[in-house]
Amino acid sequence: MANGQASLSDTGFGKTMRRDAWWVQPLLTFLGLSAFIVYSTWRAFYGQHFLAVEGGTNYLSPFFSPIVYFHDLPGLSADLKGALAAHAWLGTMPGWVPHWVSPAFLILWAPAGFRFTCYYYRGAYYKAFWADPINCSVSEPRDNYRGEQKFPLIFQNIHRYFFYVAAVFIFILGYDAWQGMWFVAEDGDRKFGLGIGSLVLWGNVILLGGYTFGCHSFRHLIGGGINKLSKAPVRSKCYECVGCLNAKHMIWAWCSLVWVGFTDLYVWMCASGTWTDFRFF
Amino acid sequence: MAKVDFKIWRGDAKGGGYQDFSTDVTEGMVVLDSVHQIQAESANDLACRWNCKAGKCGSCSAEVNGHPRLMCMMRMDEVLAETPKGAPVTIQPMKAFPVVKDLVTDVSSNFEIKKKIKPFKPRKPDAEDGTWRMVQEDVDRVQEFRKCIECFLCQDVCHVLREHSLHDEFIGPRFLVYAAALEMHPLDTEDRTTELKNAHGIGYCNITKCCTNVCPEHITITDNAIIPLKERVVDKHYDPLGKLWRWIHGTEKEANDQQ
Repeated sequence: MANGQASLSDTGFGKTMRRDAWWVQPLLTFLGLSAFIVYSTWRAFYGQHFLAVEGGTNYLSPFFSPIVYFHDLPGLSADLKGALAAHAWLGTMPGWVPHWVSPAFLILWAPAGFRFTCYYYRGAYYKAFWADPINCSVSEPRDNYRGEQKFPLIFQNIHRYFFYVAAVFIFILGYDAWQGMWFVAEDGDRKFGLGIGSLVLWGNVILLGGYTFGCHSFRHLIGGGINKLSKAPVRSKCYECVGCLNAKHMIWAWCSLVWVGFTDLYVWMCASGTWTDFRFF
Repeated sequence: MAKVDFKIWRGDAKGGGYQDFSTDVTEGMVVLDSVHQIQAESANDLACRWNCKAGKCGSCSAEVNGHPRLMCMMRMDEVLAETPKGAPVTIQPMKAFPVVKDLVTDVSSNFEIKKKIKPFKPRKPDAEDGTWRMVQEDVDRVQEFRKCIECFLCQDVCHVLREHSLHDEFIGPRFLVYAAALEMHPLDTEDRTTELKNAHGIGYCNITKCCTNVCPEHITITDNAIIPLKERVVDKHYDPLGKLWRWIHGTEKEANDQQ
């Protein structure tokens, strides 16, 4: 027998008796979220090729939907300008707005706020970005801790307000996906059809819907907040359905995050002429 | 049969360190069996608390290879599978509680915390014989929380207690589960949301789900107990529009009665 000197009170960032690769999960979260943040921020600044009208398509990137204003830039084709005008709620952007302020800046705060205050993401990024803790049973880098009990993270409690906005976005994106199934024919009429882009847009709506309507706040609002669910059978059934989505909230969160990024990429590639959308009919 | 090396923490409230042991491990053994074997073979004074050896009394909580676990439910073959070749299996007492001796910790502070939570306050009996009527659907949710065996592994793994020692400001996951069981009970009329926000410090929980991951009874602590309680706190303290909506629809009083 030999005596070691390690004490239970030993602390210091990363100290643990765990033998597994505990750093992999926070590292993957860090890389995944960072990649998405960098890509979406860059796309917002880039601000072009977010509406694909090539070959009669009408695919709008979810990063830019709804288009509140659009910049009437020189060099826009007549087709694209017409399509942008049809999508834009308030027409062209006022002239004093710098060109780098793309339509994305007006709307991205909503889904970003929804994800930032999401209960799943909070737990994930507190680990991956703040090391608070970096993983279970692993020592932290800081001694002081305020959690969500005090300023500033007490503001995480506004999550349900972001949910309300995010829920509206699902219907807007659903409308976009529906619009994406109406293609401009050679005679100028719109004809119902289905392209790869339509499937991509609908996939985005389904995944974002699964994520949004599986939200913990929604689960509470729909029925979790009442103790006698048997007296509210409709809410009870809704609570059950939301609970099913909620049980896989992490999966929905990641799948929808990846897919919304891919949807934007697909639209960008089609709009820039790099990819040609395949039409089934 | 194979010889396995162990590194077991030994000491008391004044301090201690890891001590090396070696013992034979046979098929079907759990960590607690190994500890008992080491007691019998080479350390008669090695202290460990245990009782049922069936994962129901919650006595043998310790940290095996750094993970808070019940020693009686952790099979040695699983432990060896996660232990790097040539490295010893480490066993130490729960870090979030004061050590009494070796693997035994003083968890009595938990029972003091429990006393601070407002007790069950049922509505008036439904029948003249002093009994109540409930619907199974309404108690399903609460029954999950009643599975708790009070092993306090969730308290141990919670970084608010383990790393920051905020025992006076935060009641911890076990007692949030306890509060949820009371708060969501269809007969209960007490309102604990203000205490949860202030005295019980629910805001300290930052939802890392470590408590859920270690629960031997597989209670979905974070998603089914803590987050719903956080949402009830939001209802009462952070959602002026919701409050206004309930006031306009006349459901505010009902909601208060409900809680």
